[in-house]
Amino acid sequence: METIIVENIYKYYPAATKKERNKALNGISFTVKNGEIFGLIGPDGAGKTSLFHILTTLLLADGGRATVDGFDVVKDYKQIRKRVGYMPGRFSLYQDLTVEENLQFFATAFETTVEKNLDLIHEIYIQLEPFKKRRAGKLSGGMKQKLALCCALIHKPSVLFLDEPTTGVDPVSRKEFWQMLKSLQLQGITTIVSTPYMDEANLCDRIGLLQNGSLLGIDTPENLTRNFGKPLFALKAEQMYPLLLHMRAYDQTATCYGFGDYHHITFIDPHIQQADIRSYLQGVGFTEPVEIRQIAPGIEDCFMDLLNH
Amino acid sequence: MKQFFSFIQKEFYHIFRDPRSLLLLLLMPVALMVIFGFAVTNEIKNNKLAIMDLSRDEASRKLINRFSASPYFDLSVLVPESASLETIFHKNKAAMVMVIPAHFNEDLMASHATTLQLLADGSDPNTANSLINYASAIIGDYQQEEFPETASAFQIVPITRMLYNPELKSAFFFVPGVMGLILMLISAMMTSVSIVREKELGTMEVLLVSPLKPFMIVLAKAVPYLLIALVNVLTIIALSVWVLGLPIRGNFALLLGESTLFILSCLSLGLLISTAAQSQQIAMLISLLGLMLPTMMLSGFIFPIENMPMPLQVISNIVPAKWYIRTIKAIMLKGLGLGAVWKENAILLGMTLFFLAVSIKRFKIRLQ
Repeated sequence: METIIVENIYKYYPAATKKERNKALNGISFTVKNGEIFGLIGPDGAGKTSLFHILTTLLLADGGRATVDGFDVVKDYKQIRKRVGYMPGRFSLYQDLTVEENLQFFATAFETTVEKNLDLIHEIYIQLEPFKKRRAGKLSGGMKQKLALCCALIHKPSVLFLDEPTTGVDPVSRKEFWQMLKSLQLQGITTIVSTPYMDEANLCDRIGLLQNGSLLGIDTPENLTRNFGKPLFALKAEQMYPLLLHMRAYDQTATCYGFGDYHHITFIDPHIQQADIRSYLQGVGFTEPVEIRQIAPGIEDCFMDLLNH
Repeated sequence: MKQFFSFIQKEFYHIFRDPRSLLLLLLMPVALMVIFGFAVTNEIKNNKLAIMDLSRDEASRKLINRFSASPYFDLSVLVPESASLETIFHKNKAAMVMVIPAHFNEDLMASHATTLQLLADGSDPNTANSLINYASAIIGDYQQEEFPETASAFQIVPITRMLYNPELKSAFFFVPGVMGLILMLISAMMTSVSIVREKELGTMEVLLVSPLKPFMIVLAKAVPYLLIALVNVLTIIALSVWVLGLPIRGNFALLLGESTLFILSCLSLGLLISTAAQSQQIAMLISLLGLMLPTMMLSGFIFPIENMPMPLQVISNIVPAKWYIRTIKAIMLKGLGLGAVWKENAILLGMTLFFLAVSIKRFKIRLQ
């Protein structure tokens, strides 16, 4: 069963010149299965928020069609607004209302009560309860996100839209947040979540890699990394920058990116040996010891790889 | 309905948790009433009068006594003969100078005709005009009483009476105007700003993706400001009755009803502004320039509409405050009933419905 079906969605934004219209979304198609956590991974400006706005009926697409929970996003927008939970990227609750008042207000807005759906948000709410008399504006970043999630969940939505819920949240709160999403999944809620963090991609059931308004690939994180299809090496040395320049100059190098502590490199020859690399480095006068390991590719490697095609 | 009341409750939280704005909303009418009631007044009182008395006789002394007894003039200087009158005006020592010629008494007794010179500062024409009128009246009184025989048998004596405002208090004139201004400001500006604030803070996004009906959102936003505006009406009426001594000659309930109608028209204008503005500043600017200015200038509050050029007179018809101020004057000061103001009511009601219809049509159920 598909909860969300997106077919060939286009969205343009007005541009300075008429010739090249700004494409925010460029023919996007994908489906999200019932009860799945679907991740939209992509850098800022990739079109994640535009896609969320179209699916939550806040924007009209310029082309293509989409359904959420079986309802058309244009024709049946009223039905969709009743049954989805939406958490915008920016903190969008009332800062001058207390935690409790915010919850009460959104519960009433969705024609329900806090008590009726307390079991759904119980796990999150017990963390918020000590602060229930505090105004939302005075909460920490992580607490704000938890409150926003509570408010988005208060009417037991069938689909949950989370636009960058963990941006600007500390690592511990991020981890907790994802645990909550997993336990919500057990209650049968379909979640579509966007994030710029590649490490969160592995926590999704399936992910779509979004770049410049186009989907580069949709699959499970495991399949995406499995389909990387070539050996990947991680190189480390004392002087990282000269190492990067030397490796980029190597005629056998296909791709070479700096990834924090290591450089991730793929080669044109799939059977290249570590000795070949070492002898090349010796030959160009890079004499200091180099750590070379063959590693399993991560989502970020796949993303960079797909970008090159 | 429960949704609606919970929304109104939320709006009241917003208002009460911003005590500075709330104080401003409640004290603004008081401040304006005090300013217009005591500071900005077009009654001209206690003007400095300089007198150059060249005759120094019984008649001139009596005349001078009359001037010093008048509340309009403060006898500031008796100018010696040698003084230059121009320096008196240059140094702002007097607003008017009266020159009594030599042999004033003799001339009066002998020929029953003499002259007096009144000099006023024409750079402020309204004041100068009023001063000359006051002085002429005082001189006329003096002549009547001292020389009653001069009143000939065939004289036309106009007996004037200022109806509805016998003492010509300016409060009668500005209280309806201040009411119009305050209600317009609070109802239109505050509603539009509070709706646009939801757009700016992003909460409108969340509200739109909910079963709340867009028009219910907007109506719930207007209710608290309707109540605050009514509190302001009561404040203004209380101040004008107990502090400025204004009578309420008409029906009090009718007065409140008319005010409610005007507030509703301002609220619907505020809604209209909120559909056009994308930021709080823009909403505030439109309210101030687009509503405040016409309300001050074209409603008959400060400048009489009858004196305006034709195009402005036509434009003044679309200013709701014009019709409200006329209604209030009729009810409060003339004691008229509903029958006398039905035309104004119909116009205000029509405007309200028009603004409401346009804002419903323009209200965006999506972000763009």
